[in-house]
Amino acid sequence: MYQGEDKKPIPGIDKADTTKLIEETLELYPAKAKKKRAPHMTANDPGCSTCAVKSNKKTVPGVMSARGCAYAGAKGVVWGPIRDMVHISHGPVGCGWYSWGTRRNLTSGVAGVENFSGMQFTSDFQEKDIVYGGDKKLETICREVRELFPLAKGVSVLSECPVGLIGDDINAVAKKMTEEIDIPVVPCNCEGFRGVSQSLGHHISNDTIRDFIIGTREFAEPESPYDIALIGDYNIGGDIWAAKKVLEEIGLNVKAQWTGDGEIEKIAATHKVKLNLIHCYRSMNYMCKVMEEKYGIPWMEFNFFGPTKIRESLRAIAERFDDRIKENVEKVIARYDPIMQAVIDEYRPRLEGKKVIVFVGGLRPRHTIGAYEDLGMEIVASGYEFAHTDDYERTYPEMAKGTLIFDDASEIELEKWVEHLKPDLVASGIKEKYVFQKAGIPFRQMHSWDYSGPYHAYDGFPIFARDIDMAINSPTWGLVKSPF
Amino acid sequence: MSAETAIKKVTEIPAGEVARVREWIDTEEYREKNFARQGLVINPAHGCQPLGAQLAAYGFEETLPFVHGSQGCASYYRSTFNRHFREPAPAVSDAMTEDGAVFGGQNNLHEGLENAFALYKPKMMAVFTSCMPEVIGDDLTSFIRNAKLKELIPQDFPVPYANTPSFNGTHIHGYDAMLKSILEYLSEGTKVEGKCSGKLNLIPGFDANTGNYREYKRMLEAFDAPYTILADISETFDSPLDGTYRPYPGGTPLAEAAEVLNAKAIVSVQKYATANTVKWLGEASDKPMEVMPMPMGIAKTDAFLLKVSELTGKPVPESLKKERGRAVDAMTDAHQYLHGKKFAVFGDPDYLLGIVSFLLEMGAKPYHVLCSRATKKFEKDMKALLETSPYGKGCNVWVNRDLWHMRSLLVTDPVDAMIGDTHGKFAARDAKIPLIRIGFPIIDRVNLHRIPVIGYLGAINMLTSIANKFLDIVDETCEDRFFEMMR
Repeated sequence: MYQGEDKKPIPGIDKADTTKLIEETLELYPAKAKKKRAPHMTANDPGCSTCAVKSNKKTVPGVMSARGCAYAGAKGVVWGPIRDMVHISHGPVGCGWYSWGTRRNLTSGVAGVENFSGMQFTSDFQEKDIVYGGDKKLETICREVRELFPLAKGVSVLSECPVGLIGDDINAVAKKMTEEIDIPVVPCNCEGFRGVSQSLGHHISNDTIRDFIIGTREFAEPESPYDIALIGDYNIGGDIWAAKKVLEEIGLNVKAQWTGDGEIEKIAATHKVKLNLIHCYRSMNYMCKVMEEKYGIPWMEFNFFGPTKIRESLRAIAERFDDRIKENVEKVIARYDPIMQAVIDEYRPRLEGKKVIVFVGGLRPRHTIGAYEDLGMEIVASGYEFAHTDDYERTYPEMAKGTLIFDDASEIELEKWVEHLKPDLVASGIKEKYVFQKAGIPFRQMHSWDYSGPYHAYDGFPIFARDIDMAINSPTWGLVKSPF
Repeated sequence: MSAETAIKKVTEIPAGEVARVREWIDTEEYREKNFARQGLVINPAHGCQPLGAQLAAYGFEETLPFVHGSQGCASYYRSTFNRHFREPAPAVSDAMTEDGAVFGGQNNLHEGLENAFALYKPKMMAVFTSCMPEVIGDDLTSFIRNAKLKELIPQDFPVPYANTPSFNGTHIHGYDAMLKSILEYLSEGTKVEGKCSGKLNLIPGFDANTGNYREYKRMLEAFDAPYTILADISETFDSPLDGTYRPYPGGTPLAEAAEVLNAKAIVSVQKYATANTVKWLGEASDKPMEVMPMPMGIAKTDAFLLKVSELTGKPVPESLKKERGRAVDAMTDAHQYLHGKKFAVFGDPDYLLGIVSFLLEMGAKPYHVLCSRATKKFEKDMKALLETSPYGKGCNVWVNRDLWHMRSLLVTDPVDAMIGDTHGKFAARDAKIPLIRIGFPIIDRVNLHRIPVIGYLGAINMLTSIANKFLDIVDETCEDRFFEMMR
């Protein structure tokens, strides 16, 4: 939260200039759309309570938003990474096909035997399913899952748009089939038309974990004061393995992973841990709060991007434990600090003062700032696809005064801002990547780590630094201007 | 709930169980169970209609694809194209939400059209539907008429539209519906009795290989035959990096497309992906309308060139004759690396017919041919093609089967290599065979969408990638004593 301490100002960035840029941007819109978009962008002023952006509102039709849908949030983010369940994309074939393997939530275990996360299961609705309903088909599917994948530990039913429109009752089917096939079948009404973005899909999925999963198992081993759960890390490019490694090095027991490389029974037993550590607040704060209220489990946010934030986070985590953990943390920091410093010494001279525009989902626009700053870079604008007010409140203090903060940007807005702010790097998603590369602007995908990673924790930072350097300093940029 | 003691413990799957099931899924018994599936589809090899509609829209000059439906749909289609081409893929949606289910999607469509027109200044917007409006029964005809009456977009602004329900057919059917709608719209009132634009109009179909488009053009240019490609995505998805972003870098000029009914002749090379377009053109146009197979391999390229020659009245140019000879030379030189090799092939119907045709010409066996959504007619077509060659004997055609079925086939009745898009990589890995990437989407290798697989050059390209893959495997896996200089 804001504590009255401003970030160092960025030369060339001031509130008046950014305000003017926002005004010019809004001029692109017809009147009604302009009015709708205006509250979604601001010149940062952490001390100013009326300067906040509006968020979590409906996307304006026709503007070319980067947002996805509730189904994407449920399948791609929360449920999909759980490796030992079969996740059914319930409805027509497309949604599951497009989201198949495109989030990079890595998993371990033998695929098709004990690990199903990398596969695409769908009920492949046809016209007759729309007309007569898909409930019977869903029952058949549950039985087939049980027969063909006997080691699967559960089924999630992720509804696509038609399911909620034709009046199917997946809840009743799930209840019946849970009994019949003797593994949990979880109904998730995450139809893509619900809500305004992926975010509602996260929330709905959290609610289904609350309603159907949490508290249904207990850990087989005896409890220990160091039992924690790692929440909101989806193992993009191996992130959770890097994060878990550090947490274990400081002496904690990572009892459950939500949900990167996750296992459903361990998730079900998470009500028995002593502390929930949450990385992606946006997508899983709901369950942290539920576990706090219902089971009295405290939770805390942490940030494993870049050595500065890792250090701060480890020390904050240590405060929740005894001296043993505190000592371990100092040892771990002392061990990694020189390694991280060597990374900084190598890359910082090549990246010092470079300007970045960040536009990602619900966490990274604030959480990655420290990692760039460790490399001497400056964030001149940052925005989210699907964040809420509490995310922005956590963002203002991380950004310098006068920088641009925005919500659910449309492509034309991004083009305008990039043209004006002339960043050295745009850090965003696949839909934006080639737009800016064509314009000659270095780019890294910050949802998928651009097929690299991990970026989390001590294993991640050297890779992050290398990748950012590569993007900005690739010799191919020198070839763009042709001599004729 | 009874006492807390009733709560089950977290269990670990015993290693022995994993090993047992791992073996079991490779058995005939499992294959039988797998093929008995009635409801569950696992690892399908097709997308939904609107994706195809979007590709068709990209083939026209300054055309903005417009998804009428939930916003997530548009993001999925866009990112699929981004990943395959590694290019921008602008498209908008009108972001329908819950209230659309109650009130219909007209308000969203209207706001969307007005905003997209003002912001992205297209020359045309091609509207197509995802699930929601199809389920609730939105009436696009009146919605778009009303948008023009309300002057949200100009009266004369082209807004062709297509109904592309995702619960019917695949991406190729959406391609067909959108292409037909665009051509119908643009050509309205342009047909002039006795007029001929002098141009051969070529319809490549759902083809996400920009190299193929360039190859069609090169062949037609070799004939010195004026032509129009409907719809041309080659510049849209293969534009230069020169420091300027252009949202509409390519596409068939609208004025040129509008002349389709006055064409010298019309040729489609994908009968399954353009069936309705072709049917309409056959009725609307009185010019020669031919449906040819995709020109993959020698015989089908021959047939294509002969047809072009017939329609244009020009002989097949010397340069292409020499090229044919070079392709045959390459195929003869390398025949020993493919002859008798067994292949599993999956993909869209028209592509499959082309790939199988080429394999048969090489003396290879297209042993498992799988299309995850196809008709009986396709099955018959494919079987007929296999029967034309002794190398097709004993080969199997699998329609409406998915890549999990394919996995069972590969482990119980093995082949030497698989051909298909990136989604085949898991089955190929389990079966320990290489995947030759041809099709859509290819999201794990670079530049393959730039390498043509049609025409004589395409035959050489396919041959090169397949033969060299086999040779790489020999070099990487053979015992030292068999590791040799020459192959």
